[in-house]
Amino acid sequence: MTKVIDFQTDPSKYRHWKIEYNGPIAWLSMDVDEKGGLFDGYELKLNSYDLGVDIELADVVQRMRFEHPEVKVVVMRSAKDKVFCAGANIRMLGGAAHAHKVNFCKFTNETRNTFEAAQADSGQNYICAVKGACAGGGYELALACNHIMLTDDSTSSVALPEVPLLAVLPGTGGLTRVTDKRKVRRDLADVFCSIEEGVKGKRAVQWRLVDEVFPNSSFDEKVAERAQVMAAESGKADVAEGIELTALSRSFAEDGVSYSTVEVALVREESRATITIKGPDADAPADMDAFTANGAENWMLRCARELDDAILHLRNNEKELGLIEFQTQGDPEAVLAHEALLLGNRDHWLANEVLEYWKRVLKRIDMTSRSLVAIVEHGSCFAGPLAELLWAVDRSYMMLEEFDGDNRALATVTLSTGNFGTYPMGNDLTRLQTRFLGTPEQVEKLKSSIGEALEADDAEELGLITYAYDDIDWEDEVRLFMEERASFSPDAMTGMEANLRFAGPETMETRIFGRLTAWQNWIFQRPNAVGEEGALQRYGTGVRGKYNMERV
Amino acid sequence: MLDLINVSYDTQIPNNVGLSEDKKVLKALEKWHPGYINWWNDLIPQNFQESMVYLRTAVSVDPKGWAKFDYVKMPEYRWGVLLAPAVEDRKIPMGEHLGEKAWQEVPGEYRNMLKRLIVIQGDTEPGSVEQQRFLGLTAPSLYDMRNLFQVNVEEGRHLWAMVYLLQKYFGRDGREEANDLLVRSSGSEDAPRMLGAFNEETPDWLSFFMFTYFTDRDGKMQLESLAQSGFDPLSRTCRFMLTEEAHHMFVGETGVGRTIQATIEAMNANGITDPYDINKIRDLGVIDLPTIQKKLNLHYTLSLDLFGQEVSTNAANAFNSGIKGRYMEQRIDDDHKLNDATYPVTSIKDGKILTEDVPALTAINMRLRDDYVRDAAGGVGRWNKLIAKSGVEFELKLPHEGFHRQIGVFSTVAIDPDGNILSAEDWQKRQGEWLPTKADGDFIQSLMVPCFEPGKYASWIAAPKVGIDNKPGDYEYVKLHMA
Repeated sequence: MTKVIDFQTDPSKYRHWKIEYNGPIAWLSMDVDEKGGLFDGYELKLNSYDLGVDIELADVVQRMRFEHPEVKVVVMRSAKDKVFCAGANIRMLGGAAHAHKVNFCKFTNETRNTFEAAQADSGQNYICAVKGACAGGGYELALACNHIMLTDDSTSSVALPEVPLLAVLPGTGGLTRVTDKRKVRRDLADVFCSIEEGVKGKRAVQWRLVDEVFPNSSFDEKVAERAQVMAAESGKADVAEGIELTALSRSFAEDGVSYSTVEVALVREESRATITIKGPDADAPADMDAFTANGAENWMLRCARELDDAILHLRNNEKELGLIEFQTQGDPEAVLAHEALLLGNRDHWLANEVLEYWKRVLKRIDMTSRSLVAIVEHGSCFAGPLAELLWAVDRSYMMLEEFDGDNRALATVTLSTGNFGTYPMGNDLTRLQTRFLGTPEQVEKLKSSIGEALEADDAEELGLITYAYDDIDWEDEVRLFMEERASFSPDAMTGMEANLRFAGPETMETRIFGRLTAWQNWIFQRPNAVGEEGALQRYGTGVRGKYNMERV
Repeated sequence: MLDLINVSYDTQIPNNVGLSEDKKVLKALEKWHPGYINWWNDLIPQNFQESMVYLRTAVSVDPKGWAKFDYVKMPEYRWGVLLAPAVEDRKIPMGEHLGEKAWQEVPGEYRNMLKRLIVIQGDTEPGSVEQQRFLGLTAPSLYDMRNLFQVNVEEGRHLWAMVYLLQKYFGRDGREEANDLLVRSSGSEDAPRMLGAFNEETPDWLSFFMFTYFTDRDGKMQLESLAQSGFDPLSRTCRFMLTEEAHHMFVGETGVGRTIQATIEAMNANGITDPYDINKIRDLGVIDLPTIQKKLNLHYTLSLDLFGQEVSTNAANAFNSGIKGRYMEQRIDDDHKLNDATYPVTSIKDGKILTEDVPALTAINMRLRDDYVRDAAGGVGRWNKLIAKSGVEFELKLPHEGFHRQIGVFSTVAIDPDGNILSAEDWQKRQGEWLPTKADGDFIQSLMVPCFEPGKYASWIAAPKVGIDNKPGDYEYVKLHMA
């Protein structure tokens, strides 16, 4: 599986999803093209999915928010007879390298989270209409929706058969959403997750696995009614028209990827990628009308989209590069001005969408299993949303005082009000709150520095960066850090960083990424699942998995 | 001592499983019983429920003389729970448990798989009764009406057989599944039967004969493979069901044969030699051979779909676990484990039909389907002999296995009866040549007039060679209650 995976798509290229727009209601139908797998060697039968199907789905959810803000309710259903969705394609999983499985799992989880984020951030609500078999990843799709309707035909059921069938977990949020979102009683959840055939009809309602069941004859009508009611009750403001998410300007070269605001340089011999974000190249729009007219061309939106794509590209296509270095270039005042227009217009739908998108992109960075470092050089613009990068990364290094022969503006860090609540992490705390978990008063104190260009000694003093080095030490210290980082075991790094990044309380999101998928990734390494005689390898052969019964 | 050969009538439910000693299961069955009777009463038109029908009822599970014939009202038929005699020291005949002692209780690890297989089998039994519910009204003779009802009550008994297994061995889940068997209903929008062929209409008697020949033969193949099961109660149940199923296929084969007989006799009597002179032939009140071929095409292909995907994980799992074997497992000369064996399976690559060797374990469905095709060809040969003897030049054929398929590798392409791949357009244009059209259906329907006089037969069907239970041709097989 060395093919380059592209995360950009658009509706004209969809092979697996169909959408009908009907005023405030969008009908999203899963209709997976069997022959449309991302890789050879498997067919996507019974609406099973692979990463390619999910990339389209992520695009659907994203465009729904920007291009179709008139939509208040999205009804997810299957276009296939007798099957809703059979979940992730088992042959794909069986044939995939460990790293691909893990990346697949992470991306699908991030996409499921965007279903819930659409409701929480924008009032765009997902409901799920299940007819036919809904198993594994299929039910996990349903779980990501906020209201599940199931047909009561004495055959259709919802199921999480991973444990009995494949010796792995329902790892796309399944176990977590059953207990944390649906709040299914844990002993019933234990039964549910141990039976292949799942639960159907009224018992599925009693167990809280679905919200409603209806007979086939009235099902479509009831779903339409429910969608109408939810659209009518929605608090989402009416918006007549969205903006188009035009194709990214992007070019690939041997040693990097160029976007309009983001440069990715690949330094393979040092196992490192540098992402350089360029600040705004034009003044902030005068008002939201101007912003809306500029649409996807606005720096705030363009930069978020490009950064998002760059991260996904590095995660999936450049797995040997263990260290990602973040740099910025530009005028911090300009970054703040662009952000300020949106912060000052939070009630404008598009301002809200762009800020919420930054939240998601920053979360994606938090969740990236690479060592992350911010290098704050002179001429950089770590301000507002870009300052968040400093606290997303594992360490940061900042230039202190003037450097010989360097006439760029002195490196500064500038806080905005956005740093105090606009871009929370998966743990529902801001990055500053997480950073100063033991000294919450520090976060309060930092508010008095909003708007102030803090030079390296102040930034270090305030705990906003790890180290400030002057011209004498800079080059050596940065080089030593990078060399040391490159020498550590990537597994230990991933584990250590994932633990240190998410201090503080647990949320459903942190439980999914920190508990569910961590266990899943452990199971994905164990012979009982993936060994020659493991259940995942043997699935489809008729021969059962052979387990080592020792509890570990 | 328990008598396990002769049927005991000491409870409401005839059985040879010692039900009167097994209070728990007896109670469960007695609870289920009223729902079943309601289902039956709502199903079959009332005047037939009141009629006395000359039916055979199982009185023993001895292969010789297991049934006795007598007049009975269908709702009073002694449905019961009958298992073939236990084979002493029976061993599991295939899969990873080959040679181990057959299970008398459900192994926990296979409980769900077994339950699913039994539910699917159970779901087909009442399904066909539902499909055939109105046929009595247009029976071409009392002989045929009696055969229809015999098939119906025995399918009802087969439902009992599956329900007994569910209730005895699968606890509360099993009882719920047993109840759901009466909730689903053929062709229902709200809760259809599980398999496609059992939601199709059986609109006329030729369909009924085709169904009992082709679709019940699928049932036979499934029962044959379940009779191999390492779960002994399932094996014994299916073995006894097979003795009953044979009659259903007899009804189908002779029914189609008698339809053909009437057609060629009418053609000969009127000097028609061209079997495609359809209008003239139809004017004689018989069904022309090309239309019979179309009906054959339809029912044969619907039945092929019942074998599922050619390459199937579920089938592989069931075989390997010792839950479901192959047709005539014991007579197959191999290791009965199939860990390294391969089996040729048809597939479509680049617009061509070809065969590929795949692991034999995953091709269990394909193999059973191949066995079915061979089995189904026998009767077609006998029908052709009838035609040949009459001098009419026509041969009935089983269409290519890829023709008109909804399930499996062929479901995505259009294929003609000779096995040529067609464009979707050509298929649309030409399918009326191969499958019954609405006009064909209307014509057949026009012949479906009841003939209730003992010894008389409708124009389109010949009298049988021998009567049931060696009764004479004018025997009153059904004493109609026409109030």
